[in-house]
Amino acid sequence: MMPFSRAGFSRLWSMVIKEFLQLKRDRLTFAMIVMIPVMQLILFGYAINSDPKHMPTGLLVSDHSEITRTIIQTLEHSDYFDIKGEFADEESARRALEQGDVQFVVNIPAGFTRSLLRGERPALLIEADATDPTATGLALAAVSQIGEYVMRKDLHGPLSYLNSAAPPFEARVHRMYNPESNTHYNIVPGLMGVILTMMMILMTGLAITRERERGTMENLLAMPVTPLEVLTGKIVPYILIGLLQASIILGASHLLFRVPLFGSLVTLYVVSLVFIAANLMVGITISSLARSQLQAMQMTFFFFLPNILLSGFMFPFRGMPVWAQHIGNLLPLTHFNRMIRGIVLKGSGFSSLWPETWPILLFMAVMMLIAVRFYRRTLD
Amino acid sequence: MNSELAIDVRGLTKSFSHKRVVNHVSLQVRRGEIFGFLGPNGSGKTTTIRMMCGLLRPDEGTGTCLGFDIRRESDDIKRSVGYMTQKFSYWEDLTIRENLSFVARMYHMADRDRAVADAIADLGLSERADQLVGTLSGGWKQRLALAACLLHEPKLLLLDEPTAGVDPAARRDFWEELHRLASRGISVLVSTHYMDEAERCHKLAYIFNGNLLANGTSEEIIAAQGLTTWIVRGRNLSALSAKLEQTDGVSQTVLFGTSLHVSGTDPSRLEGILRRETAGTECVIEGAETTIEDVFIFLMHTNGIQTETSA
Ligand SMILES: Nc1ncnc2c1ncn2[C@@H]1O[C@H](COP(=O)(O)OP(=O)(O)OP(=O)(O)O)[C@@H](O)[C@H]1O
Ligand SMILES: [Mg+2]
Repeated sequence: MMPFSRAGFSRLWSMVIKEFLQLKRDRLTFAMIVMIPVMQLILFGYAINSDPKHMPTGLLVSDHSEITRTIIQTLEHSDYFDIKGEFADEESARRALEQGDVQFVVNIPAGFTRSLLRGERPALLIEADATDPTATGLALAAVSQIGEYVMRKDLHGPLSYLNSAAPPFEARVHRMYNPESNTHYNIVPGLMGVILTMMMILMTGLAITRERERGTMENLLAMPVTPLEVLTGKIVPYILIGLLQASIILGASHLLFRVPLFGSLVTLYVVSLVFIAANLMVGITISSLARSQLQAMQMTFFFFLPNILLSGFMFPFRGMPVWAQHIGNLLPLTHFNRMIRGIVLKGSGFSSLWPETWPILLFMAVMMLIAVRFYRRTLD
Repeated sequence: MNSELAIDVRGLTKSFSHKRVVNHVSLQVRRGEIFGFLGPNGSGKTTTIRMMCGLLRPDEGTGTCLGFDIRRESDDIKRSVGYMTQKFSYWEDLTIRENLSFVARMYHMADRDRAVADAIADLGLSERADQLVGTLSGGWKQRLALAACLLHEPKLLLLDEPTAGVDPAARRDFWEELHRLASRGISVLVSTHYMDEAERCHKLAYIFNGNLLANGTSEEIIAAQGLTTWIVRGRNLSALSAKLEQTDGVSQTVLFGTSLHVSGTDPSRLEGILRRETAGTECVIEGAETTIEDVFIFLMHTNGIQTETSA
């Protein structure tokens, strides 16, 4: 890939071996490499995706009948909904939703039963506070099964004519406050990018400042090794570490969260490799800019923030203001999130991923230039 | 450029945050010469050496090392120079062998394993080759650093206090090795605070507050200052020393255990003072050779006063 002479390759290899040996001796870092991805996955994964149950639900029932009672009972028995009571009017229901007193309002409109018996498939309105999309996602999925259940329980005998393939009524969901909703599987693949970003930058961000602070930089600078060789030598070991971590995350998310993989594993690894390299480049750039380990840490967190907030991991990308989307589009994590979701959930292949790959490669090249440009070749 | 000269720098100047720490220093080191670089703490030795091997950019001045320009060709300089840093700068979380292998790979050495094994054997560290460097004693670290910077067979050695903390036997071995290398045409610039080491150098330079105050063979340096020295032996020398220190015509007194070195620039006047002061006491005086140490202390005092008054 890069024009290294034989002597240059020897120097690069020398750096790689040295970094590996140092890494091997650094028990804490080594433990971190394995433990942090798993811990973060568990913490984030369960905290965000904890299968939410018993969510406060208010009712707005304008049609009382045996069938609507069954529907309400079924909702309650589904474990997802905790019926808090009935609202007097739409106004108070809306206010409770807004204040977060309830997460759902189930609205059974007047004439629901009659319309149902006529086979008109009336709509059951569910207003959901979707600010926390994952919390609502599962509950709403449960609603769709209610029709089936009600059908079996009440619509038999003379009413079995309604018992056709299509459900007897429609659950119309109105997601409020967060129209573009993430689903359960959305967030675990997203976590992979976040964890890799964090780990890769943390580990390389200190790579050069550590040499400076230990005084070994003077020795390194006195040797005929070029900046590109030092930087590459410090990155290579972490590419392997990154791939190891990616595997840990993939394995754990499959075991713990049953995240399926529709796309190819090879595609996934290739894409991850590009992403890992880009983040390592950020880390090494930070390292080469920073004057102390503290500065490196500060820069690292400065870089994390937009990554977490603007990459579409935390907030839906299309819901962000345009300027924020522009910033988001500069970040490798944004593109990686789209790719990984594509590969894991939709089975996307290389050809459809290219539009998201080149921005990462471009980003990487720019970072490399900055790192080499600002690598201080003297002790000044 | 003069191919006779391994180091030829002129007018090197360096300031850190507006404080000038090296002031127009010019040095010439011939090939095969061991050149001692002396000066008190903070006088600018390390800074000067770093400028020579491309680790610091001089604010002013030019020069060459092994014929390569110190500003533009520092990569070439680095390939053929062995620089030993004052502060230990090898990797403490690597073993002795790993550190040496790292260096050997860095210089793309042909027979790496052999060179590393030889260096370890020369050090006498064969049994401890796989010990982490961080667990070595200070003197052993120093000896390892020296072995490491000699590994790639450099043509010029820049050694910054290589024997600090090293025991006398090892220091003697080290200086014998330096002379062996010099006889093979390798040039050495070595900074030190030890006077016995200064005397083993072919040439010396003395730097103080960034200014080069003396440069030449030790005889030349001693002669240039024109000092006469007497040794006083006897008891109660410290009182005498304090008194002489205040006397006009005495440049300096240096107290040793049972003797006092008294130096001055005017021989007859100094002799007169000493005869007068020791008359009727048990002290005996005898004329002595002025040593390089006397001269360095003299240089430091006179120039220290100058810079204080001019500041
Ligand atoms: N990177 C730096 N930044 C600021 N000041 C520096 C720097 N390096 C050296 N100095 C200052 O320059 C002066 C000369 O330092 P230098 O290390 O060259 O002295 P030295 O002769 O090697 O002393 P020693 O015998 O103690 O090793 C000192 O006052 C030191 O504080
Ligand atoms: Mg020094």
